[in-house]
Amino acid sequence: MAQRFNALPGFKRTLGFTLFYLSAIVLIPIGGLVIKVLGLSWSELWELATKPRAIAAYKLSFGASFIAASVNAVFGTILAWVLVRYTFPGKRFVDALVDIPFALPTAVAGLTLANLFAPNGWLGSFLTPLGIKGAYSALGVVIALTFVSLPFVVRTVQPILESLERDVEEAAATLGAGRVTTFFKVVLPVLLPSVITGFALSFARAVGEFGSVIFISSNIPRQTEIVPLVIITYLDEYEFTSAMALATVMLVVSFVLLITINLLERWASRYQA
Amino acid sequence: MGFQIPSIMAGGHTISGKSQRGSEDSPIARAILLTVALGFVLLFLLLPLVNVFVQAFAKGLAFYRESLVDPDSIAAIKLTLTIAAISVPLNLIFGLVGSWAIAKFNFPGKPFLLTLIDLPFAISPVVAGLMFVVLFGRQGFFGPWLEDHNIRIIFALPGMVLATVFVTFPFVARELIPIMEATGTDQEQAALTLGANGWQTFWHVTLPSVKWGLLYGVILCNARAMGEFGAVSVVSGHITGQTDTLPLRVEKLYQGTTSGTAAFAVASLLAFLALITLAVKTFLEWRSARAETAAQRLVPDTEVQ
Repeated sequence: MAQRFNALPGFKRTLGFTLFYLSAIVLIPIGGLVIKVLGLSWSELWELATKPRAIAAYKLSFGASFIAASVNAVFGTILAWVLVRYTFPGKRFVDALVDIPFALPTAVAGLTLANLFAPNGWLGSFLTPLGIKGAYSALGVVIALTFVSLPFVVRTVQPILESLERDVEEAAATLGAGRVTTFFKVVLPVLLPSVITGFALSFARAVGEFGSVIFISSNIPRQTEIVPLVIITYLDEYEFTSAMALATVMLVVSFVLLITINLLERWASRYQA
Repeated sequence: MGFQIPSIMAGGHTISGKSQRGSEDSPIARAILLTVALGFVLLFLLLPLVNVFVQAFAKGLAFYRESLVDPDSIAAIKLTLTIAAISVPLNLIFGLVGSWAIAKFNFPGKPFLLTLIDLPFAISPVVAGLMFVVLFGRQGFFGPWLEDHNIRIIFALPGMVLATVFVTFPFVARELIPIMEATGTDQEQAALTLGANGWQTFWHVTLPSVKWGLLYGVILCNARAMGEFGAVSVVSGHITGQTDTLPLRVEKLYQGTTSGTAAFAVASLLAFLALITLAVKTFLEWRSARAETAAQRLVPDTEVQ
């Protein structure tokens, strides 16, 4: 679109306010942390950020988030497929349910999941005899993270699937391709960018999650302790610099994920009309 | 798109009348996929939600009532409402002003500015809370000065509001920007040509065209503001009856009691809030989908955005 004359007033004032508010709420707090951390030497920062307790927490946080995002990539895609392609009673209700993890406070999610998977809970009473410990374990962390990051894949794949022309699949069928071949050769390549974007969003959400996990995890140092919990524990113990070192690692991870997601979304929108 | 629930702008496509036999799944595949998908929804979404209410009433209605009218729970309800009543309007004003600047004008660095607005969605709430401790805590930049002047920010209401404003920062703006971009500036330019001033144009032209999207953003912003845990937990100080919000109260009751029924009673309030949020959201989406179909019926040969 050609640049036209824009007679709308208030550009300078509204942009000025936007930049002021953004600075006051977001940029200055981030800058404060960065400046404080820059006061440390590299070796000091490295040593604090790589203590055994921190390393164990990174492994759990990133590992559990990866598993949770993978589970959601598979089941979220299936769910999106079912919601777009099939008609069944209660479809609108199921579609609305998908957003529950966005709307339900994470503390409530953690509370109810811990109760469900506890040895005497509705699900735990079935799983415990099988030797599966859903609550107060590393598996519990995965369960909580799967719940909180569940809507992302569904909601990124759904619009792509809706805009997908079924004619292409018809053409594949006419040319003799079976349904499975059509799915893997025709549908999946188009869906994949959005599935990966949804996966990245799920992962980013899961890595930073705190509220739900502390309810369902046993929170034992070096075993079932996620990074945000280590940061809070350090703060409570007045180990200010250690808390900041770990927060810096998490902040860098957030930046990298945000940039990755931006690039992925640009890649994913290639296929969209 | 991004970290948020996709905009209500994302409308569905109407199904055409032609045969789609070649793109239909076999009955067996259909049955398997439906079972897997619905089983996943049942186990991971419906059961946890139902469980909140079942556990909340596990010890009967009297106990439920008692848990809620407890002075500390009442204080938590009041604090949560206060924090939301300050944070949501702040982000609402930013959302309107910011989307006006970003959607109605072209300027260099716009994509970068949008990325900065998304930052609070990417940053862990605990890290966000820590940032405010770094600024205003006892060992922080302004800590000594604040202490000298007897101003409390951390472990008090101002810090909790700041943390909440941070985590809910993008909600309204992110909802409004795509809607304002889609409507363009023609109507505003026309209003200005006809002699309206900037404010009149905003109130009578721009605001009515984004009101549903605005409501949508505010509802989501409010749900997050009332339910935030991590960021608020860092700056709260957990003083019972004073700096415990509803989610923090849930945690304290869960750790303090053996059965957790009281925790579930308080949690049921938040779950109820989530249900209202979802109901309003579903209604707004239904409304926008209906408006889109109506628009398509009016102009059958034009592609409706």
